[in-house]
Amino acid sequence: MTGDAASGEPAIETHGLTKRFGSYAAVNGIDLTVPRGAVFGFLGPNGSGKTTTIRMLLGLAVPTSGTVRLLGHDMSGDLRDVLPRVGALVEGPGFYPYLSGAANLNRLDTADRYAPSATRRARVDSALERVGLGHAARKKVHAYSLGMKQRLGIANALLTPRELLVLDEPTNGLDPQGTREVRSLVRSLAAEGTTVFVSSHLLAEIEQICTHAAVMSVGNLVAQGTLDELRRVGQPQVRVLTPDPDAAARVFERLGLSPASVDDSDGTAAAATVTAPLNDELTDPDSIVAALVSDGVRVRGFSIERASLEDRFVALTGEGFDIAQ
Amino acid sequence: MPSSQLLRSRPAVGWALLASELSVLFRRRRTWAMLLALAAVPILIALAVRLSSATPPPGRGPAFLDQITQNGLFVGAVGLIVCVPLFLPLTVGVVAGDTIAGEASAGTLRYLLVAPAGRVRLLLVKFAAAVVFCVAATLAVAVAGAAIGIALFPVGPVTLLSGDTISVGESLLRSLLVAAYISVSLIGLSAIGLFISTLTDVPVGAMASTIVLAVVSQVLDSLPQLDWLHPWLFSHYWLGFGDLLRQPISWDSFGNNAILQAAYVLVFAALAYGRFSSKDILS
Ligand SMILES: Nc1ncnc2c1ncn2[C@@H]1O[C@H](COP(=O)(O)OP(=O)(O)OP(=O)(O)O)[C@@H](O)[C@H]1O
Ligand SMILES: [Mg+2]
Repeated sequence: MTGDAASGEPAIETHGLTKRFGSYAAVNGIDLTVPRGAVFGFLGPNGSGKTTTIRMLLGLAVPTSGTVRLLGHDMSGDLRDVLPRVGALVEGPGFYPYLSGAANLNRLDTADRYAPSATRRARVDSALERVGLGHAARKKVHAYSLGMKQRLGIANALLTPRELLVLDEPTNGLDPQGTREVRSLVRSLAAEGTTVFVSSHLLAEIEQICTHAAVMSVGNLVAQGTLDELRRVGQPQVRVLTPDPDAAARVFERLGLSPASVDDSDGTAAAATVTAPLNDELTDPDSIVAALVSDGVRVRGFSIERASLEDRFVALTGEGFDIAQ
Repeated sequence: MPSSQLLRSRPAVGWALLASELSVLFRRRRTWAMLLALAAVPILIALAVRLSSATPPPGRGPAFLDQITQNGLFVGAVGLIVCVPLFLPLTVGVVAGDTIAGEASAGTLRYLLVAPAGRVRLLLVKFAAAVVFCVAATLAVAVAGAAIGIALFPVGPVTLLSGDTISVGESLLRSLLVAAYISVSLIGLSAIGLFISTLTDVPVGAMASTIVLAVVSQVLDSLPQLDWLHPWLFSHYWLGFGDLLRQPISWDSFGNNAILQAAYVLVFAALAYGRFSSKDILS
């Protein structure tokens, strides 16, 4: 966090933000708070309402109800003063295929009345350089690959120094190398004090760079907070690897660790894993092993595991492959 | 960030966006293909007249066709008369129908608006560019016509509809005046195209509807049963530039046409504004 955080107001703040398409609520009364200086991961499966939310944040779509404040300004009125300070990538890049990458950025830069024309060329070149497109600057965009277009879209968000970057699935279509580059780009921007709001359906892609995250599911915001807060919500699990699963389960029940579940699917009939949720306050983990051993249960492995963020994410959004409607 | 504070200090007036719009329009191959096709019309007419041995009989074919062999300066006028009913509205419909819908379908609209271009400013710039195209399209026909006429046929003083004769220089001036008249004629259609373009994300649909409207308007204008409607049709004065070919020039139809076109611009610009200023950009 930098001095920006001192200015108090969050970078993004929504209250009861709702968007209906007909009777279907694509975004259903969400209250987002993105602190200044944060790298905020906006997670959710396909169709959960991420892009729709971002469109409302940027004034592209009018909320059915609710309010949006960006950098301390109400988005129902102050668009013109706020948006020059915001760089955005929304639902993939959009460019004129018959113009070169540099000409495209030039064009979009002229739309911003606050972007000085004197430095336009230099800014376009440095933005292209920054996303690794320096060599392809004069190539027509229709000859760009998917990943190159995606990079050009990110370059467009970086044309002027921004206070807030809103990136909708920035790593879509990028190779692993490109994904890594985007991550380090986001890190370096955050280090400069830019707040970054980045959406993704792949937790793993942004887990390493985020300070905060929120999870969307079918239009609802089901979790929000710092990464640590989100991790903590899940209950830790006790895991015992033993050849005497039934006896172990009985011990678990006695200690109040229920429900215990037995998983002997790892192929060896010799041992099975017994798992139970750990109730932090009641049970001292060390006493569990002692209780097991004193009951004659052979313990081959013992661990206490917190749910990974990935498990959390799946638990919050459901595992099914079908798009929730 | 001090640098972004600096950036924010003073907004430019924003001519850069208009310049960029024009450069995008005129860097498109499609635009040049249309202008070349328009320029080809008077050239084909001139070549056809030149290569056929028989002089076209007066009273058949487009007005002035029979005069071309005596005076090449008429080629431009014949070209314009041929192009006004269909070819010019066709190209104007393509450009005007593409204005907003084209950006929407390319996905650039959201980036222009997030930049932010400002919705009103973007509409104004788009309309201005469409008007510039009207002028360019008309000039393409007039200039190509004058050039091929001078190259293939004798050139001399021109006899006007009123029977007076004017010099070559003045007749070129009159051609420009006719071109101006036709450019103005097409502005109303541009405004209609701009409005239709705000209704859809499918540019081809907006283009086709605009062109169809141009045709419908002319069909209605030709039905005597709809007399009362004729003065309100945007195509009503499209071919009324004969007044500019008399001595002294009668400005009546120029004025009426300008007022009618201005009214169409007002109405459809207001509709476009009403639609676009509150539209959800979901493309
Ligand atoms: N223009 C529209 N008209 C009707 N429904 C829409 C429209 N745009 C989006 N929706 C619906 O709103 C819901 C949310 O869509 P949205 O694009 O915000 O999802 P998303 O979270 O960005 O998904 P993805 O990860 O696939 O990009 C979807 O169910 C979609 O069908
Ligand atoms: Mg999306």
